[in-house]
Amino acid sequence: MLDIRGSRKFPFFLIVFLGPAAICYTLFMIYPLAESLILSFFSVQPDNSYVFSGFANFVKLFTDSDTAPRFWGALKNNVLFFIIHMLVQNPIGLLLASLLVTKGKARGFYRTVLFMPTVLSVVIIGFIWQLILNPLWGVAESMMRAVGLGKLFQPWLGLPQYALPAVALISVWQFIGIPMILFYTALIGIPDELIEAAVVDGCTEMQAFWQIKFPLILPTIGIVSILTFVGNFNAFDLIYTMKGAFAGPAYSTDIMGTLFYRTFFGQQLQLGNPTMGATVATMMFLIILTGVLIYMFLFQRRVKTYQL
Amino acid sequence: MMKRRASRASRDLARQRFRGLLQHIILVFFSLIALFPILLILMNSFKLKKYIFAAPFALPNAKTFSLIGYDTVLQRSNLIVNFGNSIIVTVASLFLILLFGSMAAFALSGYKFRGNAFLGFYLSIGIMIPIRLGTVSLLKLMASLELVNTLTGLILIYIAQGLPLTIFILTSFMSQIPDELKDAGRIDGASEYRIYALVLPLVRPALGAIGIFTMIPIWNDLWFPLIVAPSAKTATITLGVQQFLGQYVSDWNAVLSALVLAMVPVLLLYLIFSRQMIRSVTAGAIKA
Repeated sequence: MLDIRGSRKFPFFLIVFLGPAAICYTLFMIYPLAESLILSFFSVQPDNSYVFSGFANFVKLFTDSDTAPRFWGALKNNVLFFIIHMLVQNPIGLLLASLLVTKGKARGFYRTVLFMPTVLSVVIIGFIWQLILNPLWGVAESMMRAVGLGKLFQPWLGLPQYALPAVALISVWQFIGIPMILFYTALIGIPDELIEAAVVDGCTEMQAFWQIKFPLILPTIGIVSILTFVGNFNAFDLIYTMKGAFAGPAYSTDIMGTLFYRTFFGQQLQLGNPTMGATVATMMFLIILTGVLIYMFLFQRRVKTYQL
Repeated sequence: MMKRRASRASRDLARQRFRGLLQHIILVFFSLIALFPILLILMNSFKLKKYIFAAPFALPNAKTFSLIGYDTVLQRSNLIVNFGNSIIVTVASLFLILLFGSMAAFALSGYKFRGNAFLGFYLSIGIMIPIRLGTVSLLKLMASLELVNTLTGLILIYIAQGLPLTIFILTSFMSQIPDELKDAGRIDGASEYRIYALVLPLVRPALGAIGIFTMIPIWNDLWFPLIVAPSAKTATITLGVQQFLGQYVSDWNAVLSALVLAMVPVLLLYLIFSRQMIRSVTAGAIKA
């Protein structure tokens, strides 16, 4: 590293190197984020001017009889959305990754196929599954009938109690490739000799996995969890595609992202409101920040990264 | 004695075979779940409407084959324009992310200057905080710069979105490059710009991996095209498909064909590059 702290003036070439990135990033990312946070403390007047209103937007969001049920509902749904991802997506991703690291033919083929849905756009995925689950086409129903479960079929996407889990599982189907590939990367980083030595000492493969490999990939589990958390509390596309901005039926699939969009732009009779939109965005910011801080201080600090 | 040992060996072998088989069964099962929806849509997009409903699981044959859906899409939709827009936006953003990102990473990893650590931290805030949360003022900003409904507006947003992770990863890669190499260049009288050009090819694998992983979310994004550039002239493929599908929702042939047309370019690209992609990700992650 070239030490240039001693030089009297900041060298011009450093400005050339750092300038474009710093300006672009500050102007189109940091500034909008900061202004959005500030806007949540203002309210729009009928003449389109902004007036400082303290915490009024937040009070309204949490307690107003129109907006509060929507906010708490979206938050609850979002938590459920996240829990489903954590319980289904990440364990299956780990299972698939641990199967992919075993030596054998066709592993490359499986890896390619399993990651495939992840590269497609959420819009395509949403529509494909909407068609498959559509009772009019009857594909899902006839497949379930073929394995004797025909009676269990329901138009899940249309039923308030099932719509959210159904959408969450579709999202899991799409994004399973990400935890899979991250776990796979962590697992192939573990030296074979370590496992072989354990097996020679009489350790079964199951024991080797849970007692040697699993502790070694704990940092990756942390990364996958925080990525899932940020991704889920920022999700929008899939629900907007499948259920529209109203996230029906009866707001049962409404999450923070769709609430943000609706509040900002307004839909049908409801007028759009930029400062209330900014208030929802600020809440999303605080939720994501809390998650990131918990990850950084509780997880990253406590879990040792083993140097191999 | 011999017999017992032999029988234990064969039992181990049988157990191993059984385990191998079980692993294959699980992988085949999940592969089928991943592939089936995509194949189902592909198959049925080539059938007459009657047969889409009568026999959804059958391959198209001479009697059921039809291209009517593709006809409708090509005549009624804007997908070709949308496709061009997506290519422009993705390629331009990607190029500038890699250029600006590598320049910044070169400065952060190569020089000790006042504020280096702070700048590194400042530029990494955006890794975890999604740019979407700033949408309200981003739209205001775009309006005041007269960049609403322009591809330039989208490109600028995607550059800002892609930079933090790019800089973070490239900085860690570039700091592994030995100082002697750069010093040798300096002794030969090379300028700092020349040394940047010297270092860049050394991190090519990282550039490749970052390129692929920044490209996919940009190509697939719905949020910013919907909010910042929704006009017919500037709509990207993801937005175009979303609008077309909404309009033609009851025309099953058109819907299936539009889905296939939107999927095919990405899937082809993926199938061509998947090996390099996964290899570079694994290599990248191990180093970083």
